[in-house]
Amino acid sequence: MKKLLAFVLTIGLGLLIIFALDANTTFDDFGFANLAERVSTRYITKGSNVDIIFGQTLEPESGPANIVTSIVVDYRSFDTLGEVTVLFISALGVALLLGSAGAQKRMELNFKPNFMLRVGSRALFGIIIMTGVYVTLHGHLTPGGGFPGGAMIASAMLLLYLADDEFRARIKGFKILESIAGSLYVIIGLLGLVVATYFLQNFLPNGTVGDLLSSGIVPIIYILIGLKVGSEISGMIDNFLTEEEAQ
Amino acid sequence: MIQYAAILLMMIGLYGLLTNRNVIKIVISLNVLEIGLNIFIISIGFVYDGIAPILTSVNNSSALLFVDPLPQALVLTAIVIGVGTTALGLAIVKSIYQKYKTLEIDEVEEI
Repeated sequence: MKKLLAFVLTIGLGLLIIFALDANTTFDDFGFANLAERVSTRYITKGSNVDIIFGQTLEPESGPANIVTSIVVDYRSFDTLGEVTVLFISALGVALLLGSAGAQKRMELNFKPNFMLRVGSRALFGIIIMTGVYVTLHGHLTPGGGFPGGAMIASAMLLLYLADDEFRARIKGFKILESIAGSLYVIIGLLGLVVATYFLQNFLPNGTVGDLLSSGIVPIIYILIGLKVGSEISGMIDNFLTEEEAQ
Repeated sequence: MIQYAAILLMMIGLYGLLTNRNVIKIVISLNVLEIGLNIFIISIGFVYDGIAPILTSVNNSSALLFVDPLPQALVLTAIVIGVGTTALGLAIVKSIYQKYKTLEIDEVEEI
């Protein structure tokens, strides 16, 4: 009975959404989004009347060649600061719920990792970390950035945790790294307020679109975000895979 | 067409949230709902023959036809916050299991 009610409710809500959006003049049909009417045009043209050319345009309004990055870390950087704060608070919540003041040990795994698995995972670890760093560093030029890069670094840590039942990362170092990266993000934002006019303003020169060393503070902030996300998720993994030592 | 699939995913997630009594299944239903919502938001910005909003040495001019980058940026935020809420939810699940040795809500209430 309860399941039937839930079924009817979900079907009703789904049909309501479909009928509300169908033939709605204010909602563009799928595949026919009119970018000229949307604010995204400003982000794509970077507010200039001349076309932005990859590798040629000097000092555009916003540096990154990856337009999504220029929205996330430049136009809406304050939004991203809030997002990083949400992730920080959830990591804090996980640590509060699962951590303990006493000594901690690794949780028993259901299988015994053997020698080959341990060595093989160590070999893969470096490659995954390197990919994560590459994705983080090139966040303003190619798809990716601090969030996926940080998640890749954390996944390398997860690999080590799963392939070795004795392994524990130096979790204190991660905590310090995370705090430093988070504080530096705010400090860079405040520097924008002091050196230029508003919070998180890009006060460094933007350079040429498409260069690795371009777009001012955007790569710096993305590296900080990568470090912060990576260490936060690694800390969460450690919280999940450890338990309080039995007295 | 893909918008209907996204709405379907959202409704599957909502149905799972309403009917499941297992804590892990509730967290997974929340994730399915979230993925459906993310696909829906991205599909709003799709343009036929549009290219990914990244200037490269091949697609090198901002005068080309791009898909809308703004929904993608918003979904990037939503994904990260989804990871955070999922981790927090699973932490609560783990502490529930440690205390009651069960994952079913009905059995938790009886103890």
